[in-house]
Amino acid sequence: MNCYEAIDLMGDAIEGTLSPEDREGLDDHFAECPACRTYMDQLRLTCQALGHLPGPGETGDPRADLIAKFKQEFRNRG
Amino acid sequence: MRAKPWGTEAELLARLRAGDETAFAALVADLHGRLVGLAGTFTSSPPLAEDIVQETWLAVIRGLGAFEGRSSLRTWVFSILVRRARTMAVREARRGIPVTGSESRNGDGFVEWSPGLGRIGLWEETPIPWGFEDPAAIHQSREALEVVRIALAGLPVAKRQVVLLRDVEDVTARDVCNILDLSETNQRVLLHRGRARIRRALDRYVREGARPPSPTGADGTSPLTMPELDVAFNEVAGPKHGSGTTSGGTP
Repeated sequence: MNCYEAIDLMGDAIEGTLSPEDREGLDDHFAECPACRTYMDQLRLTCQALGHLPGPGETGDPRADLIAKFKQEFRNRG
Repeated sequence: MRAKPWGTEAELLARLRAGDETAFAALVADLHGRLVGLAGTFTSSPPLAEDIVQETWLAVIRGLGAFEGRSSLRTWVFSILVRRARTMAVREARRGIPVTGSESRNGDGFVEWSPGLGRIGLWEETPIPWGFEDPAAIHQSREALEVVRIALAGLPVAKRQVVLLRDVEDVTARDVCNILDLSETNQRVLLHRGRARIRRALDRYVREGARPPSPTGADGTSPLTMPELDVAFNEVAGPKHGSGTTSGGTP
């Protein structure tokens, strides 16, 4: 496997959807290409960091107007 | 995933359909902020983003009875938002309210990566290992996360939407395609392009202490001290390989 093929498989590697053959080919490539290996490692760390971004947090005060609308909708149906 | 107060999604849905307002309040509490974030990718007008979210909730309330549960509840709600946002943003654009174009911020000098292009658009200099003894050091650093947040906010719209849904909200790749109406190929390319830019911002931060310029134009231009990373980042850990070998560039 060359760098071009390896790079195109990196997204699937992160998804965990590589075929066993591709997984093996990619690992072989990483063993001989530190650049791709480092890039892949950093891409994973990037994804992890994105997954740890502080979320908007739960809205402490659920919107009273929306809940009123919700109740009204079900009253109309009922 | 986090434990939800109502147990499984099926239970939540059953309670919503039965008109249980505490279930609905929990849904709003969980999703409202996320929806505001997603709506914000369609417009630079906060009031319009709020309107989009409001319309989305009204559509959710009206549509719950007909929702068949073929997708997850969250995917369904996100899809409704994207449809509303596209319609409303177009309408507002006619009245002069700024709308984020599909790739409106592309004039930033990046060469775009595409499958088959190898490292072009991903890295110019051979990547040097960040040298963290603990890989969790990045996501445990508030400053590094701030760099990531700013870099994400600075992505062109299509990439930002894909990265936000796939990596931040942990929506499956297939659902991202459905929500944004993208082909699988497009989704993959946008995702890799977006991640590559955020990796680049992190790389600059880790190696030079640089923060990406904040898209709001406010703070964020001066390198800060990074106490958390000083501890975790071992500068000598990475061999500086390949100044002559442009690995990644040769087929």
